[in-house]
Amino acid sequence: MVTLAPAAVATEVYATVAQVWTWLAEVPDPEIPVLSIVDLGIVREVAWRDADGRAECVVTITPTYSGCPATEAIAASIVAALHDHGVADVTLEIRIAPAWTTDWLTDAAKEKLKQYGIAPPAQQTIAIGAIGRGRRAEPVVECPRCASTRTQCTSPFGSTPCKAMYRCLDCLEPFDYFKCH
Amino acid sequence: MATETSEANARFECLLRQGDSTLILAQRLAEWCGKAPALEEDIALANVALDLIGQARLWLAYAGETEGAGRGEDDLAYLRDAHDFRNLLLVEQPNGNYADTIVRQFFFDAWHYPTLQALSQSADERIAGIAAKAVKEVAYHLRRSGDLVVRMGDGTAESHAKAQAAADRLWMYTGEMFERDGVDAAMIAQGVTRDAAALREPWLAHVREGFVEATLTLAAPDAWMQTGGRHGRHTENLGYILAEMQFLQRAYPGAQW
Repeated sequence: MVTLAPAAVATEVYATVAQVWTWLAEVPDPEIPVLSIVDLGIVREVAWRDADGRAECVVTITPTYSGCPATEAIAASIVAALHDHGVADVTLEIRIAPAWTTDWLTDAAKEKLKQYGIAPPAQQTIAIGAIGRGRRAEPVVECPRCASTRTQCTSPFGSTPCKAMYRCLDCLEPFDYFKCH
Repeated sequence: MATETSEANARFECLLRQGDSTLILAQRLAEWCGKAPALEEDIALANVALDLIGQARLWLAYAGETEGAGRGEDDLAYLRDAHDFRNLLLVEQPNGNYADTIVRQFFFDAWHYPTLQALSQSADERIAGIAAKAVKEVAYHLRRSGDLVVRMGDGTAESHAKAQAAADRLWMYTGEMFERDGVDAAMIAQGVTRDAAALREPWLAHVREGFVEATLTLAAPDAWMQTGGRHGRHTENLGYILAEMQFLQRAYPGAQW
């Protein structure tokens, strides 16, 4: 354990902010365990704060979809993970603006998704202005199995809020697509 | 002080209107869970309902804080009676057949989307944040309901007839979306919301575009319209929705799990 006493926090802190980030990077997303909550861009900030003489670790998260049921599981797993590493006082803060976007997924995260069988978001944030049927451009989605781009959306909503259902017209496999958001 | 109170009250009302419409529509959509006409439809409706419940929680939590009477999102959802709900009459209309559900959704989504776009520019940062988050979800709702209206309208003779009947029956509940009262005027003056009346033409244009492709006939825009939901005067449907939605908290007050 690293013991630090920075000027801003008079009490002992148990780990550097960087160390806390590496711990959080090991917390899997409950729905897509191949990605961590850091890969998904859900963890926005880690800081230590002085709370009445105690050092409190403040983790700021930005939930994905408004109604994503994983959000509460994620909050609980953050607290549990940090407790396991000896951080007793953890406070979670929810930040909704700026809104979570798939643009925050790292390239490494997209590669992990693909290996897992989920096609990663095919473009940067959804072109929200183009919602008219005649005007919108559908993303070119690559099959995570055979890399064909001859794919077809079978349903814009899938097993979790963040995914759509697709099928490959070449290898004929159905697959999940992580929607642009 | 009096001005301050009425300003807070207008903001509370404004938040209830957003929160209640999303909550009640989510509850309606959830009624389809496990019995929609196809598995994909079942999943899609549950997903849309989930987004709307998430949005309702954000709106109602903020409404409770604004009110300052110690009521949280759950108190507002489970412990108010029908006349305290401020949702649009449209969203409480029965699911009916699948065309009724989808046309209702299309009318709502086509209003919800530009409404959230406008609210994302709100002078109230919290409202702007909720709206900016929600609008991304609603973009997918609107795309889907628009696609389905076309598939039904331009489908078989039966699906066309059902979609047309749904559109004709629900039309009188669409006028309310573009109304403006004292609450709206106060919020517009504060830069919290924009004038909903300004959304009517773009809404009509979007719906018309969908209807043309769906070979459906749009009712006269100046037809007589129902009103009252935003002031707590509801159709008889809302009481039945609440009876189911609130049962647990009414029967076992304070129950948690």
